[in-house]
Amino acid sequence: MRLDGKGLIDRSTPVAFTFDGESYQGFAGDTVASALLANGVKLMGRSFKYHRPRGVMTAGSEEPNALVTVGVGAQSEPNTRATCQEIYPGLVVRSQNAWPSLQNDFMAVNDLISPFLGAGFYYKTFMWPKSFWERIYEPIIRRAAGLGALPGESNPDPYEKAFAFCDVLIIGGGPAGLMAALTAAEAGADVILADENPRLGGRLLSENEQIDGQSCADWAGDTVARLSAMPNVRIMPRTTVTGAYDQGTYGALERVSHHRPQTEQAPRECFWRIVAKHAVLCAGAIERPIAFPNNDRPGIMMASAVRTYLNQYGVAPGRAVAVFGNNDDAHRTAHDLANAGVNVVAVIDSRSGVTFSGAARCYAEGRIIATKGRRALESITIDHVDGTRMLQVDCLAVSGGWNPSVHLTCHMNVRPEWSDNIASFVPAAGSVPGLETAGACNGAFDTAACLREGATTVATMLGCDLPSLPSADETPYVISPFWVVEGAGRKWLDFQNDVHVKDIRLAAQENFRSVEHMKRYTTQGMATDQGKVSNVAALAVLADATGRGIPETGTTTFRPPYVPVAIAAMGAGSQGSGFAPQRLTTSHGATMARNAPMIEAGLWYRPSFFPTLGETTWQQTCNREVRMVRSSVGICDVTTLGKIDVQGPDAAAFLDFVYANTMSTLKVGKIRYGLMLREDGHVMDDGTAARFGDKHYVITTTTAAAGAVMQHLDFVRQGLRPDLDVQIASVTEQWAQFAVAGPRSRALLNSLLDQPIDDAAFPFMQCGAVTLGGVDARLFRISFSGEHAYEIAVPSRYGASLFRWLLAQAESMGGGAYGMEALNVLRIEKGFVTHAEIHGRVTAFDIGMDRMISRKKDCIGQAAANRPGLQGERRQQLVGLASVMPTDPLTGGAHLFKANDTPVRTNDQGYVTSVGWSPTCEGYIGLGFLQNGRARHGEVIQMVDHLRGITTACRVCDPVFVDPDGGRLRG
Amino acid sequence: MARLLSQTPCGDQLPRTIGQVALTEVTITRMVSVAPFQGQQKQVSDAMKSALGLRFPGANRVTASESARAIWAGAGIALVMDGKMPDLAGQAAVTDQSDAWTIVAINGAGTEDVLARLVPIDLRRSTFKTGHTARTLIGHMTGSVSRTGAQGFEIMVMRSMAKTLVHDLTRAATLLAGR
Repeated sequence: MRLDGKGLIDRSTPVAFTFDGESYQGFAGDTVASALLANGVKLMGRSFKYHRPRGVMTAGSEEPNALVTVGVGAQSEPNTRATCQEIYPGLVVRSQNAWPSLQNDFMAVNDLISPFLGAGFYYKTFMWPKSFWERIYEPIIRRAAGLGALPGESNPDPYEKAFAFCDVLIIGGGPAGLMAALTAAEAGADVILADENPRLGGRLLSENEQIDGQSCADWAGDTVARLSAMPNVRIMPRTTVTGAYDQGTYGALERVSHHRPQTEQAPRECFWRIVAKHAVLCAGAIERPIAFPNNDRPGIMMASAVRTYLNQYGVAPGRAVAVFGNNDDAHRTAHDLANAGVNVVAVIDSRSGVTFSGAARCYAEGRIIATKGRRALESITIDHVDGTRMLQVDCLAVSGGWNPSVHLTCHMNVRPEWSDNIASFVPAAGSVPGLETAGACNGAFDTAACLREGATTVATMLGCDLPSLPSADETPYVISPFWVVEGAGRKWLDFQNDVHVKDIRLAAQENFRSVEHMKRYTTQGMATDQGKVSNVAALAVLADATGRGIPETGTTTFRPPYVPVAIAAMGAGSQGSGFAPQRLTTSHGATMARNAPMIEAGLWYRPSFFPTLGETTWQQTCNREVRMVRSSVGICDVTTLGKIDVQGPDAAAFLDFVYANTMSTLKVGKIRYGLMLREDGHVMDDGTAARFGDKHYVITTTTAAAGAVMQHLDFVRQGLRPDLDVQIASVTEQWAQFAVAGPRSRALLNSLLDQPIDDAAFPFMQCGAVTLGGVDARLFRISFSGEHAYEIAVPSRYGASLFRWLLAQAESMGGGAYGMEALNVLRIEKGFVTHAEIHGRVTAFDIGMDRMISRKKDCIGQAAANRPGLQGERRQQLVGLASVMPTDPLTGGAHLFKANDTPVRTNDQGYVTSVGWSPTCEGYIGLGFLQNGRARHGEVIQMVDHLRGITTACRVCDPVFVDPDGGRLRG
Repeated sequence: MARLLSQTPCGDQLPRTIGQVALTEVTITRMVSVAPFQGQQKQVSDAMKSALGLRFPGANRVTASESARAIWAGAGIALVMDGKMPDLAGQAAVTDQSDAWTIVAINGAGTEDVLARLVPIDLRRSTFKTGHTARTLIGHMTGSVSRTGAQGFEIMVMRSMAKTLVHDLTRAATLLAGR
């Protein structure tokens, strides 16, 4: 019911939205909860386990009951707190965890059998038979209990991540936060003021107080306006600081556009990482309930929430309201309601000898022993100093006192401390380096104290002047702890997880007496509200049940995030292709134009194969490309291989140290194959080293290991051999490099080079400078296919152009482009290894290259390669494999067994690393590792692929299938 | 004889303007990395001063003259753009990097906010002034960020990542403008 003339909503802007298909109207500035309450809707959700009808209980992000699903389809968002969701035109809200409807929820049958469903029920009941848990029990339980459901579709909304830096981060924009921000801003600091609500002011928006002679809400508005006008202040509304991390870093979730219709151009949420020199936590406090029988009926709310709905939203949450509390703060609710013309039926105070200064009757030593009304509160029964009576009320405001919001101070594993003064926990000093606390989160509950603490904390922190403090309410907070009213019926503590007093006592009785054990046993304090409302009361019950005080019982701690954060916000920008950067070669456009499917190699995109007309399978295309390279000429972009420029007086000595073989003896203009070992003697990478000058080499790495090798070389240069005067620079991106392979490769190059080359000037393993149309290029006569081949490199700006030239010339010669599939077959035919073979667990001995490890010099990995066990006939050694029946497939990853052995693990002799159909050999060939394999050439063994169910007889052979004496290479 | 045509890393993806933010590709004729050999730092800096009118930049700094610029690019290494390089043979490793980088200028009101979506370092003008540079992340990419003016920055990433850079900057600017 809306009250005339009250509240901070904009009554000139009506807003229509729907809840469970019904249309409702609220005003700009309303939340779903306030608008529904104004429309008389009290039932907003069903509870987690028992499907109890529940109404809104709070007015903030701590709300445990009124969880709703917002939006439709893939964009819908479950478990949104109705107290935080602002309404906008067209907003669609649905209740959740109810079937077929919120009013008549079939699963409420759980509530009838609730005596059997107490804490620990699942653990005890569904023990047997064991196999039933995953298949039968768990799915049934999950269907019956739960919160909202995910849409099951990929979320199309954009999300954002961002970084911010400041001198002072103020967390929370209530009285303490505003004063802290003002003090820091006037001292000239860069200030970020983050508050989780759309409007800053905190409790000042909900209370009926005066600050400096004006209403406290107006004072808040004026102060925010003042701060907004200052260039060194950044105000971040709708932003919840979710976690405190190392070195002054705070996570914060900004709800950017949840309050307005979605567009594709605006992010829904932004996850901030804010780095602050100093931070002040002004997070306020959360009011706690008192546990009494059936204290969860719709219409029973926190007293502070009643004031918020009344004063901020102009909503009377009921027609006949009672107030129940153990502290003076509860009384102000009765005053505010009475002043607004709402009928206050009673003020029930658990303390003795108290009086109420208003008109309503006050029941001292009052307790609520029963409530009635299934879908909305109808009556309460009270027991007080003079007897028992029933009162007809439709709203009950409850206050069990306030719990400071200490959550962030616990994020670095410091637990808060008990304060007898306020009967709650307060932050421990120095809990987070650089973070101070001020105001209600520090246990200061009157407005004047909050304002003062905000200012003094910052003044002390920055060593700046204290601003003049406004005059404000100084009524002291007087509380007498009171937790539970005994009596028949469940006395709820954790509303979100359906945990009641008896559950806690049961935990204690079953010896789950530690607070952490109690939490796990009962699920109290879990899920999306993280026990914001229930924590302290549950501890009090546990303390009582175990005969200890609360400080001795201790408290569970709080982890980030303070409020739920969408995974989409944490991973913003990383969906789909945003997961990793794309590295595209200069030939990418031309390659795509030829419909070549791309495969990812690291971050690079490389063509698999280049289909031509009439080819229907990749195998057909691959076979053609292999034959093309072996018979005429093929072009392949090899830019992706790492290229590292090594220069300096000690360049040769440096390379001798990092390569197993010797590079210092390489003549200028020559290239040598090189093998790099890790410190542990295993193979790290292979490649080539080309010597361009006395003190200048260019080395290549594999595509996969380019980054790792560069990092390794930097480490060696800086860490292991700072004595060597050498500099290294990656030139991978500077040069676009293309393999030109096949018997007609030289003819092709000579059609493009400014000066033709011949075998005398460019023999195998020669490198040098050439020009193409006046452009300086580098030519390397190297081969990864076993054919007469070159790699030509031009500055990348010319890469696209050169690729088209090479392709055009190749095609006119009966050749063309080839992709990774053909490249792979070509190198398997020639017995060249890639990281399929040098996968990190093989030694130089295993791949037959142990003689490359020079004995004349020291190198990385030399000593470790000689360790026992890394050589000899027990090692699995590189071999070639050929199917006995050429068409019988070999498969990568399959294991090798002796011909007559049973293919079980204990008989395992090795495995297959690379396979392919060889058009040259006309059969399946492969490379693999076989125990003592080099001595077993000619033996027929069996390959068994247990995953794919394939067994193939294959012959062990030399890994080089084509041109073993290298005639074609040098030809 | 082949006549090779030149292409820039971003090609026709740039220029573009999103909201108040303009993205432009910076093209350079020549860029080399200069890494002085041991004990040669001063000689190299002096030679650069007399030939290019600028000194070898200190850590996280850019030096500039009328004809050239030098951007610090890591411990003991700088990228020198344009200008006529002195002969540093024996003094420094000089490596051609003219085509190795994608360089994009980002200008206009809100550039700091756009970069705050992608760059994890403090780019506030009070700490990251004109002439400051940093090797850092741009989204998922390693690269270099330099401030060129009150509302201007230059971003460098590997040449092959041009498309991702344009995409990431465009996305950040679009979402910012959509707020």
